[in-house]
Formats: sequence, structure tokens, C-alpha cells
Amino acid sequence: MSDNNQTKGIWKVIGASSLGTLIEWYDFYIFGSLAVVIANQFFPKTNPTAALLSTLATFAAGFIVRPFGALVFGRLGDLVGRKYTFLLTLVLMGGSTFAIGCIPGYDSIGFLAPILVLVLRLIQGLALGGEYGGAATYVAEHSPAHRRGYFTSWIQTTATLGLFISLGVILLTRHWLDADPAKSIAKFNDWGWRIPFLISILLVIVSIYIRLRMAESPMYAKLKTEGKTSVNPLKESFGHKANLKMVLLALFGATMGQGVVWYTGQFYAQSFIENVCKVEFDQSRTILIWGILFATPFFVVFASLSDKIGRKWIMLSGMLLAVVSYNYLFTSLFNIADAKQKTEIVANTKNETTMKAIAGSQDSIRKLVTKTYYTDGMSMLQTKTDTAYATAGKTTKKPLVVISKTLNSSDYWKMVGIVFILILYVTLVYGPIAAFLVELFPTKIRYTSMSLPYHIGNGVFGGLTPFIATLLTTIYVDNKIVGLMYPIIIATICLVIGTIYISNRIDPDVDR
Amino acid sequence: MNAIKRYAGLIWIILGPLGIHYLLQTASSEIAKKPGIDTQIQWGVFITVFYPIAIGFILFGLYALEGNYDHLPEASSELDDYDAKPL
Repeated sequence: MSDNNQTKGIWKVIGASSLGTLIEWYDFYIFGSLAVVIANQFFPKTNPTAALLSTLATFAAGFIVRPFGALVFGRLGDLVGRKYTFLLTLVLMGGSTFAIGCIPGYDSIGFLAPILVLVLRLIQGLALGGEYGGAATYVAEHSPAHRRGYFTSWIQTTATLGLFISLGVILLTRHWLDADPAKSIAKFNDWGWRIPFLISILLVIVSIYIRLRMAESPMYAKLKTEGKTSVNPLKESFGHKANLKMVLLALFGATMGQGVVWYTGQFYAQSFIENVCKVEFDQSRTILIWGILFATPFFVVFASLSDKIGRKWIMLSGMLLAVVSYNYLFTSLFNIADAKQKTEIVANTKNETTMKAIAGSQDSIRKLVTKTYYTDGMSMLQTKTDTAYATAGKTTKKPLVVISKTLNSSDYWKMVGIVFILILYVTLVYGPIAAFLVELFPTKIRYTSMSLPYHIGNGVFGGLTPFIATLLTTIYVDNKIVGLMYPIIIATICLVIGTIYISNRIDPDVDR
Repeated sequence: MNAIKRYAGLIWIILGPLGIHYLLQTASSEIAKKPGIDTQIQWGVFITVFYPIAIGFILFGLYALEGNYDHLPEASSELDDYDAKPL
């Protein structure tokens, strides 16, 4: 085959694999991004915290089942081939996402609604567990050995771009349903949230069509022709010390740290900006969208560089930078939006109180909306809701207070800059990791062997980052950045292990 | 370097049980502080997930201590040697 044909061929392979993987990530993230809306729809509304926790638990369940998906589909991929296995994962993921968009709410079908959502979420997690290893292996096995980092980096961009598209679709849908922004948001929260789930099916159909036309990976096809495929991939991957030790090294020396850096830089950063800094919904999301847009090309840059200087030090430098600078960067995010460090324009402060009578009672629901302006251009909307009791002296113990800040343009772009740096760390750790994992394991058990450490590292250690970090802030309430303790400790251990044990080999001959 | 790899194995072997101990301690105190099904499910998930990982960490330390990481495959030709050596 000429170089030109080979190059055209590899781009078709990358296109088909990346599109499917991108859709899978999109499907997976819209659920997480809409956690609060979904909580209102599918979980009992009597206790909002319980509803949110239930969704977060479902979210975590999505991540926890990923390693099982890695085992189930990894085994299948090593037994029957890469092509049909990651086609199956795409069908499962797309079908589950579409079905979530169709389930009636808790108000209509009771507890069946959250149960169905949970089951579908688990299927999504399983499918994702099988998808990534297949796509990365498939692309790597088509790539010329000396450019494996570069070509697999396109698969590496899909996780971040999937998040990017999910945020974009949610924002557009939220503002598109009515000319009046308030009505549009109300419609979105009522039924419009289903749209991002439903449109996924169109993308999945296109991707399935493209993938069906692709051929099996040449390395795997060669093994199959020679009758050298694995008979029992699970046993060969985890029952042989020589391979198991590499699985453990991949997990504790690379993917564990990569996972926490990935999720801290993107999911926790967005959660921190929205829930701790109290920046309003749209700004907190567009800040992340800009950060992703500017940083995404660096996945390709660093992965390509890893073809020349090796994968190890690029990945570990991302972890090192994260460990030493997270506290500073997140403190800076907090300070940018901290109202105590700003001067209020007292004359411009507006208060508006509304009272709504409670049926069958003399009490009322009182809503006090205060809009405060600051000299630097930031504004803050505080909504305090409590019960105004008819009985004299009786007051609400803990009124519901919701704060939403709108940043000035300069502070907004400062936050974009910080998020860009956080995502740049993600590109360092994540860009070269597909090639790194592929090169650790032989072809016949590669799908199984690389999928498990990836999904434990990325799914369990990484996926639980926002959850554990938020939990830490509820234990140590006085420290706003205590949540960072978890990713910093995990990344530090991984950095030390990676530095001591991983070799920086550049192997142009991984073709077996 | 191989000596460092081996001695560091001891640290990983110790860190595994320490991590589990810390997790169990925090879980029990948090459940006691805030009893309820949500708290129990939440910490139950953490323990279920991190327990086997901690065992894997101990195994990793053991392999390091035994010198299994003294030499790692330098080329793809070494990767297929796995077949001959079951646990």
C-alpha cells in the first residue's frame, strides 16, 4: 500500500472511531450535566438533597460499573474482534441515552421512573467501559508505530469534546425553547431537558453506519488468521504475573493520577465555579466551554511530542504541575468571585419581597430578592425564601438562600484563563496515555488488559472526584478548597510510582 | 534504582491497609454523625470500590518488593513472553 493510501486509510479509521467515541462521551456526560434537573424529574421531591444525592449516586454508579464493562467487552473484543465489540457498545450507549429521554417522570409512573433511570445509567456505564479500549486499540493497531501517539491523540480529544458538546447542546436548548429567557428555562426544566437525550439517537445511527463499513484491525485480523487469538483473555490478562504486574503499574503509575487530573480540571472546576464561587449557570458553563476550546489542540501537541521523547515524562509533568498548583489556581478562582473583596454600590441595591399565601393556612411563603452591584461591574442576585408565620415570634430556622453572581468581562476571562491552565494539565496527562497503554500489552489480550486499568483510573478514581471533593467540603466546612485534598493525594502517589517504576521507552516496533 | 523500586514496595504494602483503615474509620464516624440510608449507601459504595483496589495496591507493593519491576519489557518482542509464566 502506498504511503498516501495508508494515510487516507488511517484518517478514515480515526474519523469513524473518534465520532463514535465522542458520541459515547456526550451521551455519558449529558446525564451528569443535568443532574439537578433529572433529580427533580425522577426522584422524590420531598427532600431535594436526597434527590440530588440519589442522582449523584446514580452518576457514581455509572462510573463504578465502567470497570465491569471493561472486563465484559474487553474480553469480547479479544475473542471476536475490535470492530463488532465497539459497535455493540455504541448501540447500547445510544439506545440507553434515547430511552432515558423517553421515560415518564416520577409524578407519572412513581418509583418505576428512578429504577428505569438507574438501570439505563448502569448500561451506559457498561457500554462506556467497553468503548474506549476498543477505539484506542483499533486506532493504535492501524497506526504506524512511530506515530502512534499522534494518531491515538484524536481519540483522546473525544472525552473533552464530548463534554464540550454536551454543555453546548444543553445551553442552546435551554435558551431556544422560548423568546422569554425565564420561560425558556422553565420549559427546559419541565420537558426540554429530554431534547439532548433524544437527539443523540441521530448521531448514533450515523456513527453505526460509518463503523459498519470499517474493516477489522489488521493486527487482530492477522492473529485470527494465524489462529493465535487468546482463548481466555481474562485469565491471560490477570492470571499471569508478567501481565498482571503491568496492569497494576498502568493503574497506580499512570491512569489513577490521570483520572483525578482529568476530572478536577473539568468537572470539579465547573462544579467549584458554580457551587463554591456561586457564578451563575450560563457563565459557569461557558467558562468551561472556552477553556476546553483553547486547550483541546494540546492533546494532539503533547501526544505527538510523546512519539519523539517518550510518554512518561509528559504524563508525569502534568501530574506534578497539578499537585503543586491546584491550591493556588482554585484559590484564585474563589478570590475572583469573592464579594467580600469587592466594593458594593449601596445606592444601587434593589430589594423586592413577594408573599404567596399557603393554601389552608394563615402562613405565607416569603421570597426576598436582593440584587447587589459592585464597583468592578460584578452583580449578585440573592434569593432568600422562608415561611412568614402568622404566629408572632415564630421564624424559619434555616431559610433557603440561593446566590448567583454575574462576573464582569475581565474577571470572566481571568476564570477562562485559569480553567485553560487546568485543562492544559489534562492534555499533558491524557494526550499520550492511549499510546502508552497500548504499548504495555500484547495484541491478543490488549483490549482486556488496557481497558481495566484505564476505567478504574479514569472511572473510579477520576469519576468519583467531584463527589468525594464535595463530600470533603461538607466534613471540613471552613475550608473552601479542602476538596482538592483528594486529587492532590492521589496524583502525588501516582507521580511517585510513575517516576520510580515506569520506563520511558520509545518502542517503534509494537506490532505483535 | 532497583533497590529503590524494591524498598518502595514496602511503603505500598503498608499504605494499602492504612488507606482501608482510614476509609473505614471515616465511614463509621460519618454514618454515626449523619445516620440515614443516603449516608450508608454513599460510604458503602466507597468501601466496596476501594477495598479491592487497596488489595491490588498491596499486591503491587509485593511484586515491587520481589523485584518484578526491576526489568520491564523494552520491546514488543518481550510482550508475548507472558504466555509461559502463569501465576
